[in-house]
Formats: sequence, structure tokens, C-alpha cells
Amino acid sequence: MADKKLRLAVLMAGACGGCDMAIVDISETLVDVLPSLEVVFWAPTVADVKYKDLEAMPDKSVDVGLISGMIRLDEHEHMSKVMRAKCNVVVAYGACAAMGGIPGMANMHTKEDIFQTAYFDTFSTDNPDGITPQPHYLMDGKYDLTLPEFYPYVRPIQSVIDVDYFIGGCPPHHSVVLNALVAILKGELPPKGSWITNGKAVCDVCPRNPRNTDEKRELVKEVRRTIEGDPDENKCLLQQGYMCLGPITQGDCGALCTKVNIPCAGCGGPIPGVKDFGLRAISAIASILDNEELVEQIPSPVKLFYRYSLPSSMLGKKVKKA
Amino acid sequence: MSEWTPNLIVFACNWCTYQGADLAGSLRYDYPANIKIIRVPCSGRVEPEFVVEAFKRGADGVFIGGCHPGDCHYKEGNYKAIRRFDLLKRILIDMGIEKERFQLEWISGSEGKRFAEAMTTFEKNIRELGPCRVKEGV
Ligand code: SF4
Ligand code: SF4
Ligand code: SF4
Repeated sequence: MADKKLRLAVLMAGACGGCDMAIVDISETLVDVLPSLEVVFWAPTVADVKYKDLEAMPDKSVDVGLISGMIRLDEHEHMSKVMRAKCNVVVAYGACAAMGGIPGMANMHTKEDIFQTAYFDTFSTDNPDGITPQPHYLMDGKYDLTLPEFYPYVRPIQSVIDVDYFIGGCPPHHSVVLNALVAILKGELPPKGSWITNGKAVCDVCPRNPRNTDEKRELVKEVRRTIEGDPDENKCLLQQGYMCLGPITQGDCGALCTKVNIPCAGCGGPIPGVKDFGLRAISAIASILDNEELVEQIPSPVKLFYRYSLPSSMLGKKVKKA
Repeated sequence: MSEWTPNLIVFACNWCTYQGADLAGSLRYDYPANIKIIRVPCSGRVEPEFVVEAFKRGADGVFIGGCHPGDCHYKEGNYKAIRRFDLLKRILIDMGIEKERFQLEWISGSEGKRFAEAMTTFEKNIRELGPCRVKEGV
């Protein structure tokens, strides 16, 4: 790899830009890797390239493609397919790409509901003609204008293309990005289809783990919301009744949140072997509760347990009424 | 729609509810024929994934039968089951699946009649609700 530069492409699909920023964030260390990298495409955010530039490249001419964000528009689906055609290795990069992410919460609502809120109901909306975005519009009878089509539901990247690797995090910690790039440069990649991860749960790397603090694990006697009370800074959050998802989340972040007194919300993605993050969270949480009444006190369990993964869950979206 | 019969899955614990089903059979109690029983070692063995998988594969209702509290062969499997069940039920309701489609009851090995009655009621409730609309994911 030393003589030949690694050709890298980055696509932002339905993303917030945080994942792109995480790549920029490795800047200091990026200098070490940069001589080995050639960024051939990074759109629509960082590089001055257009979609058509990637479309014009020969198939399989790019070594690695990172896709951040989920699939909400036909533009995302189309460009993900272009990435698949041009890149030898495609990585679903970040919680949105790998699992649907925070925007995936939209799957609790229909497209019609979302348009109703966004284009009619909000306090600041002024839309007397009731106009909503249309994929096609013929202006003055001759200009055919187009907008990307808004799909009914959010989907993760692997539902539209074959994905080689997954990286979790919202956004992924920059050290994770760097490790992944180094692994790719050295050709030390795990088997296709796996997550690029250290394989440990957040609890494993969390300083509060009762195993490390010599405390006994006990059944949890109360459920607290994050805004309630001041968590003891040293004790396990789950033991204190805060719904921490560390037991089933990959800890590549090094337990970033619990180190600042915030329960893990699961952005790192499921630990290996877990098929459905939210359903496994049910098992993990239910088994440590002292009694059934506590179950009722858990605030909006779907949004708590599927905050980052609803579109990639077994149900995927809310079932519509007949 | 008149041809539709509900597709019903029953996870029955080996030590109680499955024995109850057996007894219902030997005593020749009637219960609906469209019930598919899956024997599990304990109600605590039923992972939330099993339930959702059943719905995804076309179940219209899923029933979990376990030992009465205190009678669990593995001491507290059924206590775990009830906590999981309550939590999963809240999730299923939020996801648009009616609560009647998902039941948990304690039926012991001597309660053959109760088993037959529980199945009859379960079938009737699901019949009234109609087919479950959980289809493929997104
Ligand atoms: S994973 Fe988080 S940071 Fe990355 S695009 Fe999605 S919302 Fe933004
Ligand atoms: S449950 Fe949360 S706070 Fe407790 S050890 Fe695990 S990650 Fe740390
Ligand atoms: S602690 Fe959990 S939510 Fe926080 S960054 Fe790590 S994986 Fe994400």
C-alpha cells in the first residue's frame, strides 16, 4: 500500500453532517494517514466535486467508500448505489447509516403525518395555498424542475445496497474513524459484513461497572428519568435507576457518555450477536428490575430503546391501522 | 375475508402449560385447532425476539403460557418473563400492535380445562380483531 495511495470516497446521504465532521476531526492524526490517502469524492459537504463526477468514474476504481446518513430520499438511494458500483469496499458509517439513527424515529409516523406537521401545523408555518414539495414541476410550460422524492419511511443503507462493514456512533468517535482507516490501509479488516469494532460492550469499558468498583449488583428498585436527581458520579447508572443501555451497546467510544454522568443511549450499535437492539434492551432491562410496577415507569420505551435503530429493527416501523 | 382463520402461536413452558395442554388433550376438552404450540423449557426462555419473529412470519396472536408464580421449575424464570412481557407489550402497543394479540397467562399442569378455555378466549379475541398487519419491515 505504501507506493499506491488509497482512493477514498465519502458520501453524505440522509445525514446531519456530524459524521463528516468526525472525519475532519481526526485532522491532527489525519496528517499521518493523509500521505497514503487520496480523497477522490466527498460530497455534498467537503470536496468541490459533484455527483456526476463520481458517476463518471470507472466501476470499482475507488478503494473505500464511506456512506453517512440514512435513506430517506431517492437521491440517497441512487447515490448509495453509485457508491456501491464505484467502491471496492463500502462502509455504512455512523449510527444513521448502519441502523437508521435518530432520523429513524420518524418511522413512528407516516409521511403524511410528517408533511402535515412540517408544512401546515407548526406555529411558524405560513402556507395558505397548502403547497407541499413535489418531485416534479413544469414551470412556464417548459422548465421541468425536479426535487428528490421523499420516501414513506427511513431505511438504513444495507436495505438498498450490499454493505461490507459497519461503524457505529452518532457520530463515530474520531479515534474509531482513524482506527478503521488504518485497518483498511494495512488491509487488516474483519470478515465482510461485520462491524469494525473492538467487540466490547460499553459496560466493559465503563469505570462505573460494579465489577470494577467491587460493588454487588442488585435488582433496581426505582426508575429515574435523566432529568431527575443527580446521579452519583461513581456508581453504575443502571443500578441507580437510570436506563443506561451500556450492557448491549458496543463500547468503541470508551464509555464517553457515562464518564460525564449521562446514561448510554445506544449510539454505538448492538454488541455482536444481537439481532434487534431494542428487543434485547427489553431483556437486559427487564431482568434487572425489582418488580413489575417499575416497567410502567420507564418513559416511552420505543423511543428510549430504539433511539438509534428503529429502521433496522425487526419491526422497522409503526404498523399502520387498517 | 370469511375464509380467514387466525394464525396463533403459543409458547408453552415444558413443566406447566405444556402439561396442561396435554391434559386438555387426554380429557378431550375442545379448543381451537388453529393453535400452534411451541414447547419451551420455561416462559423465561421466550425472548422478545421470538415473539416479534412470530408476528413477522404471519402470526395474528402470540400467547405465552408459564407456571404460576412460585411454581417455576427454574425458580424465577416466570418472574423474568412477566417483566419482559410487560415491557414488550408496551413496545408492541407503541408500534401499533393491539394488546390483545399478545397474552401471558399462568396455566399449571393440572389445569387442562383452563388451558382449553384460555385458548378458546384467545382465539375469539383475535378473530374479532382480524388479521395482524405486521408485514415486512421498511
Ligand atoms: S449518525 Fe449522528 S452524527 Fe452521523 S449523520 Fe446520523 S445523526 Fe448525524
Ligand atoms: S450500565 Fe451504564 S453505568 Fe452501568 S456499568 Fe454499564 S455502561 Fe456503566
Ligand atoms: S456511551 Fe453509548 S450513547 Fe454515549 S457515545 Fe458511547 S455508545 Fe454512544
